[in-house]
Amino acid sequence: MIIMISSKGETLQSQPNLRFGRAPFFIEYNLSDDAWTAQRNEAVKESSGAGVSTSQYIINQQASAVISGNFGPNAQRALSYAGIKMLTFDDTYKTIQSVIEGFKSNRLEEF
Amino acid sequence: MNTIKIAVASGKGGTGKTMVATSLAACLDKYYSVQFLDCDVEAPNAHLFLKPEIDSIQSAEILVPEVDQVACTGCGKCVEVCEFHALAQMGDQILLFPQLCHGCGSCQRVCPVNAIHEIPRKIGNLRSGKVRSGIRFHTGDLTISEPMPTPIIRQLKSRITNETRITILDSPPGASCAVVATIHDADFVILVTEPTPFGLHDLKQMLGVLDQTGSPGGVIINRDGIGDVRVEDYLDQTSCPVMMKIPYQAEIAVGLAKGKILSDFIPQYQSEFLNLYKKILEMIEDKEQVGA
Repeated sequence: MIIMISSKGETLQSQPNLRFGRAPFFIEYNLSDDAWTAQRNEAVKESSGAGVSTSQYIINQQASAVISGNFGPNAQRALSYAGIKMLTFDDTYKTIQSVIEGFKSNRLEEF
Repeated sequence: MNTIKIAVASGKGGTGKTMVATSLAACLDKYYSVQFLDCDVEAPNAHLFLKPEIDSIQSAEILVPEVDQVACTGCGKCVEVCEFHALAQMGDQILLFPQLCHGCGSCQRVCPVNAIHEIPRKIGNLRSGKVRSGIRFHTGDLTISEPMPTPIIRQLKSRITNETRITILDSPPGASCAVVATIHDADFVILVTEPTPFGLHDLKQMLGVLDQTGSPGGVIINRDGIGDVRVEDYLDQTSCPVMMKIPYQAEIAVGLAKGKILSDFIPQYQSEFLNLYKKILEMIEDKEQVGA
């Protein structure tokens, strides 16, 4: 199962990014083998439609769940249409690692 | 003969665009035929001063794609071509986000199996009417929650007739697409500002826009007496003249708050606005000679 987390940086020690569509990076994390990669979010530079564009990217990566601080209305519609689970963290989560642990122990809230 | 298009813009909001535009229209209407367009479709307010009788209301629409999911092969070309990310693909389904669509029609053109046709979507209204003095009046309003004013502004501007001598365009504030859509083909742009750091900052942005559109422009300093001299100091270094100053005065605020036109309740402005028009004509002619 692949989950994706909006991130400010490229490591598991990076700060999670509270915004979805304009997050600079996404950490793609595979729960079956704990392998992960950091990916630049190309939608950051879009003048409009960043939420839809980022959602399309998440869908293309075949993620099962996506975790961010918040989801805009367009992203919400695209992701829920595609059946991708949306979960949120708040600013008490200081690292991507802590978000992943939160996900594994079911502490994250569903959006 | 083409109508003379004079746009009134500002950069900063609340500097007095509509005050200037309505006064100028009212003064010129005594001598010429005038049409007035309130292009601030997100917050139109010129009708509060000109008080037109609206005789026609039409829907403003843009064309958005409708995908025939049976004919669609899910190739994704429409999603790829859309600059505005108004389309997304989930498996073999295409999902439309209507509020992101600019109605450009590219998706329909690239579809290899003609699975896309365009359908109208209402985003607001166009209203036309007549002011008692004779001014032909056009305004638009964008439906609340709709994000895109430019299609309405374009449709509004298609109502401009060349039989009318003068067209006054009351622009939205800012220096965004909506402003460019309003002023890009104007013969002259009046920039209304105030002598404050905010007024100067946003005025500079508008001067940058005029550099791009190529229209001649001039500045009216409103609320003269507040702030400082930096606006004038700055303009001294440009080719853009200060054409008029309107003082910061309680009497003006009181009149405007009652929905009156400045040149009606302080008649000295009638000659000031007529002089402004003469200067505008001279600057348009100068510009044409340089261009020729």
